[in-house]
Amino acid sequence: MMLGPWLDYTVNGLIIGNIYALLAVGLALIFGVANLINFAHGSVYTVGAYIGWASITFLHTPLPITLLLVIVGCGLLGIAIERVGLRALHGRSRIAPLLATIGISLVLDQLVQLICSPDPRALPNQLGDRRFQIGGGTIGTLDILIAGIGIGSAALLYLFLRFTKLGWAVRATAQDQDAARQMGVDTDRVNMTVFAIASALGGVGGVLVGMYYNDIDPNMSFDATLKGVVAMMIGGLGNVPGAIGGGLLLGLTESYGIALFGSSYRNLFAFALLILILVAAPNGLFQRRRETPPEPLTGTFVARSRPVRLPPWLVAGAVVVAALLPLTNQPYLLQTLTNGLLSALLALSLTLVAGTVGQISLGHAALLAIGGYASGLLALDLGWPVDLGVPAAGLITAALGTLLVYPALRMRGHYVSIATLGIGQIVALVILNWTGLTRGAMGLTGLPPPEIGGFDLTSVRSVYWLVLALVVGIALLQARLLSSHLGRAWRAIREDDVAARSYGVDANRYKAMAFAFGGFGAGVGGAITAHVYSYIDYQTFSATLSILALTMVILGGLGNIVGAILGAVVLTALPEMFRFAADYRMLAYGLVLLLLIRYRPQGLLGTV
Amino acid sequence: MLQVRGLARRFGGVTAVAGIDLDVAEGEFVSIIGPNGAGKSTLFNLMSGLDRPDAGSVRFDGVDVTGARPERLAALGLARTFQHGRVFGNLSVLDNVLVGAHTRLRAARPAVPVLGALLELALAAILPGSVRAEERALRADAEKILAMFGDRLLPRRDQPAFGLSYANRRRVEIARALALRPRLLMMDEPTAGMNETETAEMQELIAGLKARGQTILLIEHKLEMVMRLSDRVLAMDDGRRIAEGPPDAVRHDPAVIEAYLGHASMGQAEAAE
Repeated sequence: MMLGPWLDYTVNGLIIGNIYALLAVGLALIFGVANLINFAHGSVYTVGAYIGWASITFLHTPLPITLLLVIVGCGLLGIAIERVGLRALHGRSRIAPLLATIGISLVLDQLVQLICSPDPRALPNQLGDRRFQIGGGTIGTLDILIAGIGIGSAALLYLFLRFTKLGWAVRATAQDQDAARQMGVDTDRVNMTVFAIASALGGVGGVLVGMYYNDIDPNMSFDATLKGVVAMMIGGLGNVPGAIGGGLLLGLTESYGIALFGSSYRNLFAFALLILILVAAPNGLFQRRRETPPEPLTGTFVARSRPVRLPPWLVAGAVVVAALLPLTNQPYLLQTLTNGLLSALLALSLTLVAGTVGQISLGHAALLAIGGYASGLLALDLGWPVDLGVPAAGLITAALGTLLVYPALRMRGHYVSIATLGIGQIVALVILNWTGLTRGAMGLTGLPPPEIGGFDLTSVRSVYWLVLALVVGIALLQARLLSSHLGRAWRAIREDDVAARSYGVDANRYKAMAFAFGGFGAGVGGAITAHVYSYIDYQTFSATLSILALTMVILGGLGNIVGAILGAVVLTALPEMFRFAADYRMLAYGLVLLLLIRYRPQGLLGTV
Repeated sequence: MLQVRGLARRFGGVTAVAGIDLDVAEGEFVSIIGPNGAGKSTLFNLMSGLDRPDAGSVRFDGVDVTGARPERLAALGLARTFQHGRVFGNLSVLDNVLVGAHTRLRAARPAVPVLGALLELALAAILPGSVRAEERALRADAEKILAMFGDRLLPRRDQPAFGLSYANRRRVEIARALALRPRLLMMDEPTAGMNETETAEMQELIAGLKARGQTILLIEHKLEMVMRLSDRVLAMDDGRRIAEGPPDAVRHDPAVIEAYLGHASMGQAEAAE
């Protein structure tokens, strides 16, 4: 009988599903009261794992005390996140706190890395590893503990929400924050409580998963956040019991997926499931009422401001100075600026999509990856000259990017962000797994340098000029589009898509056009980057870069073309100049993002 | 021009619109009145494509447009304003009005299947003379529309709409709707939140539109204005038609008086508590 292994896969899926459920329940609770997808949740989970590791390693605590310390530590961390990071953003556009949690997660992850070193650590399983035979499979003591904690915390949460006064307050706040406040509910306290509970659950999840795999590292946050979000979306945004079901379902899907296709497909299954749910059942699988359409969650992050009007001579002068820079013999400066300008190609694309059209894309770096791979493969496999391959890569990225994002075009607000995040991950995973085309984890090596008309551009100076010319060209083109009826239509969709559609603006069509134009620029950027580096792999353009690009765009002012270039150059070049260690760099980016959202949402040059 | 038959919409257990029939002929001015919650705005949403009816049909110029997308209805010449005002806050007053003229763009929006969007991008990047001329003409037209509001909007045409007063935002809504050159103009409480002078001014403007032969469907609470302007009035309560006919007849219809008084006395009872 082949039942034994399947039983193991089922047990394994349910155990991992329990962990996902712990994460998803916290995310759902927080979404319920704060209307916010907490992207720092995975970081709290990592912190939980490290608190567990530290207390076992240094204090030699027994399991109950370890868990208690994790619960207290993470609960306090949750309170701090709510109090320091988010409370001040109350009443701002709904995407603002979401972006803030991204900043918080960058900061937390870097702090963990700085304090505990980036190397993986072994987290000992304090229960020993006894396994019991059941049916054809086995179940370990830790499995039972995880299941017990999962069921136990669900039961406790149910009792809390159902029978305590504070629990009622939580549910009232989730229904209607303003009404709850008017009835005398201290919603600040409710928020704090919910963050504490959610974070404690997340932290416990982190320790348990660390024990399960006997391995923790500071990079596990992002994955955990994503899995929690996927599980929550399956259950329906903010639906607490649904989140438990979603977690278990996700765990089982992954486990069976691994059984059938191998472990490198694990995440692909998770994200494919996410996109499927977003497209087919945006209210989640467990919500039956259909009368209320998915909560629009509109409100872009475009602050009401008047953009700083830079005099044309200043912009032209800056371009001239930039063009003359290579004449001073400063290869290191040029190198840095080239990197900054390459980022600017991504930032220009994102400022159009996220700023002008208001679709906060969290997976934009995937466009660079598509462009880089398209041009690289055209050169390596088909022998295309690079000066033909790069524009072709731009067109391929425009087409493929628009096609990929197509299911997300009819979504709004948070859903767009989650969908683009998922699509970005899917692109990276397809590149990793489609070995026949992309050479998988090996990446593309030995890419030829950029060329124009048969002349290789190998010197730092010539590459700089090429990238500068591209940035200026695309920026001018983009400015022209913005001044046409397209700019008007795009911004109208951002401001109020219902009103825009009522006046005949086909929102999907214009969003697709923005993604196509943005895809072209980003694709060219990715292609040039690939040829300049001469090597890329599936991690070259990671999700971190997507977040960084968003920071650049917010720094410059959303939708602001000059701002995007300025933001890209500043955020790339400044850390170089101050010679920050790479570790501190992400910390700085996280802080910049947090401070901007809090104090200057319109960025340096203002939103357009 | 507009034929609504048996239109119904339920939200959960509540029936917001229960089988409404309504006809509007070319050049006619029809008003819809009724107490708050009578289903007037829901009816507007059903007719303008923002919500799909559970039953019934809508025909516009003989074409069945039941449940059609709002883009299509706009293209057919139906423009509406919103009860609570939905101007594009970060767009200038002029740009708001120009978005209203979106369906009139011809040179900039080639009607080619599949490749239309790409051509449109290319045209916006190249900006050939025909596109530029069209844009200039639209701008001139938009300024003419702004001028209809005296000096309320014209001096502020380049200001972002979020800085406008409430009354001015209502005016921008109407200017935006007029820019579509609508065959049917639907206005949802255009004078809400306006003082008496402003209301009188708005009434003047709407009377002017009517004199020009504009077909208008109006939701309005200010009965005096309804009585003066309307050719025909539809009174609703609880999603149903309770009276329909010439303004004077509807005003003295016992069902209408009952609906208003009934609600009014309830309102007083609440206020007394």
